[in-house]
Amino acid sequence: MTTFTPAIPEDVLSVVQWAAGEEMPLEICGHGSKRGIGRPVQAEHTLDLSQLSGVTLYEPAELVLSARAGTPLAEIETLLKLSNQELAFEPLDYGPLLGGERGRGTIGGVLAANLAGPRRLKAGAARDHILGISAVSGRGEAFKAGGRVVKNVTGYDLSKGVAGSWGTLAAFTDVTFKVLPAAETETTLVVRGLLDDLAAAAMAVAMGSSAEVSSAAHLPEGIAKTVADGILGSEPATLLRVEGFGPSVAYRLGHLKQLLAAAGEMQELEHETSKALWRDVRDCIPFADGSDLPVWRLSLAPASAHAFVLALRMRAAVSAFYDWQGGLVWLRMEAGEPEAETVRTLIKQFGGGHATLVRASMPVRASTDIFEPQPPALAALSARLKAEFDPKNILNPGRIVAGAH
Amino acid sequence: MSGLVMPKPDAATLARRAEIVADMRIIVPGEGVVDAVNGMRAFESDGLTAYRQLPLVVVLPETVAQVSRILKYCNDRNIRVVPRGSGTSLSGGALPLEDAVLVVMSRFNRVLEIDYPNRVVVAQPGVTNLGITHAVEQEGFYYAPDPSSQIACSIGGNVAENSGGVHCLKYGLTANNVLGIEMVLMNGEVVRLGGKHLDAEGYDLLGIMTGSEGLLGVVTEVTVRILKKPETARALLIGFPTSEEGGQCVADIIAAGIIPGGMEMMDRPAIHAAEAFVHAGYPLDVEALLIVELDGPGVEVDHLISAVEAIALRNGSTTCRISQNEQERMTFWAGRKAAFPAVGRISPDYYCMDGTIPRKELPRVLAGMRSLSEQYGLGVANVFHAGDGNLHPLILYDANVPGELDKAEAFGSDILRLCVEVGGVLTGEHGVGVEKRDLMPEMFSQTDLDQQMRVKCAFDPNHLLNPGKVFPQLRRCAELGRMHVHAGQLAFPDIPRF
Repeated sequence: MTTFTPAIPEDVLSVVQWAAGEEMPLEICGHGSKRGIGRPVQAEHTLDLSQLSGVTLYEPAELVLSARAGTPLAEIETLLKLSNQELAFEPLDYGPLLGGERGRGTIGGVLAANLAGPRRLKAGAARDHILGISAVSGRGEAFKAGGRVVKNVTGYDLSKGVAGSWGTLAAFTDVTFKVLPAAETETTLVVRGLLDDLAAAAMAVAMGSSAEVSSAAHLPEGIAKTVADGILGSEPATLLRVEGFGPSVAYRLGHLKQLLAAAGEMQELEHETSKALWRDVRDCIPFADGSDLPVWRLSLAPASAHAFVLALRMRAAVSAFYDWQGGLVWLRMEAGEPEAETVRTLIKQFGGGHATLVRASMPVRASTDIFEPQPPALAALSARLKAEFDPKNILNPGRIVAGAH
Repeated sequence: MSGLVMPKPDAATLARRAEIVADMRIIVPGEGVVDAVNGMRAFESDGLTAYRQLPLVVVLPETVAQVSRILKYCNDRNIRVVPRGSGTSLSGGALPLEDAVLVVMSRFNRVLEIDYPNRVVVAQPGVTNLGITHAVEQEGFYYAPDPSSQIACSIGGNVAENSGGVHCLKYGLTANNVLGIEMVLMNGEVVRLGGKHLDAEGYDLLGIMTGSEGLLGVVTEVTVRILKKPETARALLIGFPTSEEGGQCVADIIAAGIIPGGMEMMDRPAIHAAEAFVHAGYPLDVEALLIVELDGPGVEVDHLISAVEAIALRNGSTTCRISQNEQERMTFWAGRKAAFPAVGRISPDYYCMDGTIPRKELPRVLAGMRSLSEQYGLGVANVFHAGDGNLHPLILYDANVPGELDKAEAFGSDILRLCVEVGGVLTGEHGVGVEKRDLMPEMFSQTDLDQQMRVKCAFDPNHLLNPGKVFPQLRRCAELGRMHVHAGQLAFPDIPRF
């Protein structure tokens, strides 16, 4: 049982070359902040990239930042803030949900898990902002893909291809992200008292308007009080975030209030309060209860997600709330069973999507498909891709699929 | 063709042409198979017209089942396939091969579903880019990526090329606006990636497919995000005495936290050609002309117009006009949008390049281009997606003068080498195709290219789909798959550990 802690890319290469030669599986990790997600990796040795750290290039006017894969996300966010910039996809922090600290995680992990936040609707996920990578494949070869400019179609977009691969295709050594100016200000319009179906309709109206709503979430009865230190109270709260330059935010907010005048009682949350609120929604604070009750993260077609949840409630005891206009559903299974088959059968009936079991006890994780199983042709294609990157199956074996990637 | 080597045609396939044509007629009955030279002539080239080649046969399937059968048939018999959308590629991505079946997707021309609550359109791949906007504009929606060929180019082709456009700094490329596809693999299997929901349940195959230039699969359905049209748009037309000042203005706009809907720059030769053609009222005494378009609610646009105007003045602008109405905004754009044909008027032929550079390197790259221009004795005019550093140098030449096309291509290659040298890339939005294929080693090592080809092997292990594009040298998948490790010879790595 050895933990390798290389501090330079060359040493990452030699560890993986050694492991490939010996056919010795490696668990790849950064801070380990997302170690609780995915199937438990069976590897004798660990490749810990947290010492492979440091921002190597940051040019605010070029909207670009490069860093070693093990650079703390928090360090990058602090640096960007000095130039009023940010990672626009606001990567979520799994720490609180998984019983860890807030503010951990590396930039490599952001890409490996393809993290996103409430702004996913407008700004995309990590996959939409990654410009280039350097990495070591399971073959023990150092390769690069992409570049450092925001517009590039030279060759296959392998930087996107490794987004969300959970360390099973390659160990990243360097990543380059597009960065963007942070909004000057933000305000959240809260519509109160809506049931899930009406909230879905209200969010669709808002997202389909020219108010340029950047995030839309719905916290049902009882969930609302668990965010932002309880300032919302318990009543259902439908949250619509408007960001940008001051005069524009004020104007668009007015437009939105007119559009939704008949929907229900409204309140506004300004700048810092709004930010705190969305941070809690982002990080799934409503279910960060210190327990290991199973938590699912589902991506569905936004307009039918509430109907899915209603159907699920008939079959299982669940708590649920919605982000991404309803398309991101967080579920806590109150009876302790993940009910994977029920959840996934219903997803197919309600327009398709996928479910990831992001929190569960160790025995449940070992015996459940954590990631959505794919149809045979697609599963075979994914397996072939894995084999092309990692033919000996030494990188995070079994993290995504039992017995394989 | 000037020095382009394509894969050697397979003699056995050529000898079986009549049989293959007959079998294609069984798979696609009716008018869907074209084998007469006159009929195939229309397909011998794409937007990169310097290269022409008649295909083995042209097939225009109408159903997914037909596409699947065609690909499986060809896969089983080792016959090459070239997919084609509208044929507007500027890099030769749809250039036929003598021994390949050309699968033309233009009959897949229906919008299948418009879903406003989920803000998506599901379309067949042959629907044009603009056709998607047309389908939803009565409700005030549009599809954001707007390549300049948008009136003709197909959405399937946009996926293949990861097409951009003038608005992509703010609204993203095709990859950021496509939610799902259905595609057929070379072995005939039909797979669906994504849908109306976001992100993938496994590997981001959709991300790999977008921009894969028709080498990995044939797209048969596309789901795209639609957006509400901005309330208003206004533009500034700003002239600078030097490109440095223009470039600094762009940097300062972004540093001020402003991401314009569009930000385009032209150099002196492009300004003069455009002005002579469309009389847009462009100033002729400047070295760089910047068009900055701001879109959104009127109050926001007004606010940002004054901010940009102030930044321009601080950077030494000598002229700054602000559009007062929609007609004036269109006039500002008219010259930029007509830049290519305008250059076509001052030169018998032009060759359009597509490198991207870190923006701060603009003065250095422009200076390098000027000296290359002298060296080759050919003129060059530049239009530039200034926000994202995507350069379109237009090299002026005369194809009727022996040797000038070769000279223009060599000039173009030198420009792209310069782009890579300053930290940029070979292509920002036009694709590698055949055009930049042999320049790939300027940007990628053999190891980098091998890993990309291994991705190809996962999708199409026999290299039958669109071979001869993107990769300078095709290596067999069996060879690529070999592991070059020396078990037992590597020492336990001497890395800090605990």
